[in-house]
Amino acid sequence: MSEAARPHPALAHHFDDLEQQKEASTLGMWVFLVTEVLFFGGLFATYCVYRNWYSGAFAAGSHELSIALGGVNTAVLITSSLTMALAVHAAQAGERRLLLLFLIATMVLGGVFLGIKGVEYYDKFAHHHVPGPSFQFEGEYAKQAQIFFSLYFMMTGLHALHMIIGLGIMTVMLIWAWRGTITPDYYSPIEISGLYWHFVDIVWIFLFPLLYLIGRHAH
Amino acid sequence: MHTNAAPAAKTDDRRSAGASGGGAPRAVIKVPTRVYYGVFATLMVCTGLTVWIAFFDLGALNIVAALVIAVFKATLVVLFFMHVRYSTRLTWAVVIGSVFWLGILLALTMGDYLTRGWRTYG
Repeated sequence: MSEAARPHPALAHHFDDLEQQKEASTLGMWVFLVTEVLFFGGLFATYCVYRNWYSGAFAAGSHELSIALGGVNTAVLITSSLTMALAVHAAQAGERRLLLLFLIATMVLGGVFLGIKGVEYYDKFAHHHVPGPSFQFEGEYAKQAQIFFSLYFMMTGLHALHMIIGLGIMTVMLIWAWRGTITPDYYSPIEISGLYWHFVDIVWIFLFPLLYLIGRHAH
Repeated sequence: MHTNAAPAAKTDDRRSAGASGGGAPRAVIKVPTRVYYGVFATLMVCTGLTVWIAFFDLGALNIVAALVIAVFKATLVVLFFMHVRYSTRLTWAVVIGSVFWLGILLALTMGDYLTRGWRTYG
C-alpha cells in the first residue's frame, strides 16, 4: 500500500480492506443469527411437544386468534422486509434520501406491526385468555388451552421484543444515514441490520401458520 | 464470489483514489430491485395460499402444507433479501449449520416424545 492510499475512516486497523471488513461483519452477524435460530428453536420444540400431546386444545385456542389481524401483520412484516432490502440497495447506490426514506418506511411498518399486536394482546386480556389466575376458556379444553396461550404469548412476545430491538437498531441506522456515515464504501451497518430485520420476519413466517391456522377447517 | 453485473459500475468511480484503503477496489454486490419486488410478490401470494389451504381438511397434510410453504418463504428471504445467494461459501456453511443444529434439536426431542407409550392426549 502506498502512502497516497490513506485508509478509509471506517476501516478498522485489523482488516486489510473494507471488503474483508464487510465479509467479517456479515459472517459475525450470521453466527449471531444461528444462536437466535436455536434461541427460538427451544420454543418451537416446546410447541411441537405440546401440540402433539394436546392437539385438540391447540386447535381450540387457535380459533380464538384473529386470522385477519395475523394475516395483515404477516403482510405488513413482509412489506417491511421489502423496504429493508430496498434500503440496503439505496445504501449501496449512495442514494441517501432513498435510504432515509426506506429506513423510515421500515420503521413505520414495524410500528404498525407492534400496534396490531397490541390490539390482539388487548383482546386476549379482555377475553381472559391470558394464562394465570383469571384465565377462562369455554369448552372441554378449559385447562389445556392455557398451555397454548402460554406458548402464544411467549413466542409472539419474544418476537415482539425482537421487533422493538430492531426498531432501536433502525433508529441508530437512521441517525448514521442522516449524518452521512453510510456510504457505498461503507454500508455494512445497514446490511447487517437488515439481516437482523429479515431474520425477525422469518420467525413470524413460521409463527403465523403455527399459531393462527391450526385446524381451521373445523369451523 | 463477486458476480454482479453492470449496476456496480456506477458506484465504482466514487471509490477511486484509494478510498478503500489498500487492495484493489472490488465491485459492490448489487441485486437488481426487480428481484426484490419479485420475491415480495411471491411471499405475499404464499401468505394467501397458506391461509386458503388451512380451511381445507387435509388431515395430517395440513401441517405439512403449512410448513412446506413457510420453509419456502423463509428460503426466499434468506437467499435474496439476506443476500446469501450472493454470499461466500463460508456464509453458506453457517446458514446451513443453523438449520442443521435446529434439526438436531427438533428431531432428537420429537424422536423421544413420539416414541413413548405414555403419551397423554388431550
